[in-house]
Amino acid sequence: MSAIRLQEVTKAWGEARAVDSVSFETAAGRFAVLLGPSGCGKSTTLRLIAGLEQVTAGRVLIAGQDVTSLAPAARRISMVFQSYALFPHLSVAENILFGLKVRGVPAAEQEKRLKRVADLLGIAKLLERKPSQISGGQQQRVALGRAIIAEASVCLMDEPLSNLDAQLRHEMRREIRSLQQELGMTMIYVTHDQTEAMSMADQVVLMKEGRIIQNASPAELYARPVSAFAARFIGTPPMNVVSLPSITGEGLLLGIRPEHIRLDDGRNKGKGVAAQVDAVEYLGADSLVTCRVGAEILTVRLPGQVELKRSSEARLAWDPEAVHLFDAASGLRVERETHTVVLTT
Amino acid sequence: MIRLSAQVHGWLLLLPAMVLLAAFTHYPAAATLLHSFFSTPKGERPAVWVGLDNYQGMVEDPVFWQALTNNLWFALGTIPVSIGLAMLMAVWVNGKLAGRGFLRMAYFTPTVLPMIAVANIWLFFYTPTYGLLEQVTGAFGLPSHNWLGTQNTVLGCLIVVTIWKEAGFFMIFYLAALQAIPPALAEAAAIEGAGRWYFFRRVVFPLLMPTTLFVLINAVINSFRLVEHIIVMTKGGPDNASALLLYYIYEVGFKFWDSAYASTLTVVLLAILASAAIAQFVFLEKRTHYQ
Ligand SMILES: Nc1ncnc2c1ncn2[C@@H]1O[C@H](COP(=O)(O)OP(=O)(O)OP(=O)(O)O)[C@@H](O)[C@H]1O
Ligand SMILES: [Mg+2]
Repeated sequence: MSAIRLQEVTKAWGEARAVDSVSFETAAGRFAVLLGPSGCGKSTTLRLIAGLEQVTAGRVLIAGQDVTSLAPAARRISMVFQSYALFPHLSVAENILFGLKVRGVPAAEQEKRLKRVADLLGIAKLLERKPSQISGGQQQRVALGRAIIAEASVCLMDEPLSNLDAQLRHEMRREIRSLQQELGMTMIYVTHDQTEAMSMADQVVLMKEGRIIQNASPAELYARPVSAFAARFIGTPPMNVVSLPSITGEGLLLGIRPEHIRLDDGRNKGKGVAAQVDAVEYLGADSLVTCRVGAEILTVRLPGQVELKRSSEARLAWDPEAVHLFDAASGLRVERETHTVVLTT
Repeated sequence: MIRLSAQVHGWLLLLPAMVLLAAFTHYPAAATLLHSFFSTPKGERPAVWVGLDNYQGMVEDPVFWQALTNNLWFALGTIPVSIGLAMLMAVWVNGKLAGRGFLRMAYFTPTVLPMIAVANIWLFFYTPTYGLLEQVTGAFGLPSHNWLGTQNTVLGCLIVVTIWKEAGFFMIFYLAALQAIPPALAEAAAIEGAGRWYFFRRVVFPLLMPTTLFVLINAVINSFRLVEHIIVMTKGGPDNASALLLYYIYEVGFKFWDSAYASTLTVVLLAILASAAIAQFVFLEKRTHYQ
């Protein structure tokens, strides 16, 4: 039985459909990420699951029960907001205990759970402070604490890390992931950051303009993007999707990840694709080389530091297995096997 | 050198405001205090130092005590109700409600109207025999009653007018404060299972505390400051039953032309207002959350 299941869920404001017949399910204890560009309907989907918005059409099921018309509190979920939504006049302890007090959990039990959660999140020393007296990262932990103390089996998070700096974000990513596994929660996590999605998720639901583009594991999303959009969304830097009819023939787009392109050293002359170096960006462990092939731009990721001059000639090569093909008109994936074009390597 | 000229510059920029403040606020206040220790100059006779004689006279003046008592009842009658009503209306108008823009405006209208006009409208409501109130009570067969002309109803009538006038004004402050509360707080509370009343009690009400403090001080000051509606509706009558402190000062100062005694009463009024403000800050500060 899936912990969360959406069936043809639609949310419209007037004519505009923020969420357009979205269906997916997530198994219990899994970490699912809703990923997509800004305005694609991720938050709205999450809020529909939480019951903070009413669906226009479709059904939402949690643990097999139809909760479509239930109030948020009756859905037995917890949620972490992007802004944390901490109560500014209440202490950290009171913020975390808010839900337990509402439900009238006995004081001794409250005390026990508070201690456990505070120890788990390393905020035991902050319990008497007000939210305005602690740092952003600590506020984030308090918000997490408020979500997990209820011990609901489903936890929803809407871009919980977007207000933190890069260092802290990285740390919290690992922390949230291990917390989720430790407590065995089912997680629905919204982000527009594909790195976050790839590194945390068991399952990524990629959305665009209110619809699901691809629902797959991170590995699958990386290896077999279903469309040029999905291909361009995943990877740092993302996949090159270019129109090179001399290689693919007419009507197709060529997709190749920057890390799958090699630079031919010129020993086997005449092989590979002729390119002109536009720029070299040194990142430490590797370098990004921007190359021009005809009218198209390709990014190449090479290990270490590379000695390449601007405007110098280079030859690019790659393995045939690394190539993705997309239909130029629809943007949809075209399987290589069914295609007879000989690919240059 | 540069620092000095910057200082001079600063003071020069402050000068116009300081002059106005000194001329129209500080000097009159100081002069009032001074006048209260002198007798009222009359014709040939200049003002002479009389020490605390004016204060002695005040303590023995039954009308002063009546005005003060009236004013306390007036404050007690208007402040809690108008603040409570303002909060209630604000919470209601802040919700998702059809035509709330119209409602907000409707509630605010009494504040925009000049007090003289307001008093005239209510004067008609309270008029004996053919006033609105009389017509309604008459329709139910109740005996006729002169609302403003009877000692034990006149103050109540003025209290109602004041509440009607003030609640809308205070509501605007509460509305602004409510809008500053992030909607995510309500959503977080809803997910935790808090009902509307619980959320109001635990979250909204405490977050409104700074506004309540501000409104409370304003309400206290207003309750000692309102005078127009008395001039229009009752002239302090019947038999001083609706005389408030400021109205009495106005009578003493500009009808009896006893400027020294008026100054004495004004000093008392200022003292009351100042201590009210200080007390509120001291007591409420502790229980108020400022973000
Ligand atoms: N209350 C609303 N009324 C009307 N339209 C809305 C409302 N809330 C969201 N929308 C619209 O629905 C669409 C999806 O919004 P949503 O907040 O779900 O996007 P998102 O994927 O979370 O984006 P972001 O990454 O920027 O947070 C947007 O086009 C937005 O303008
Ligand atoms: Mg969003």
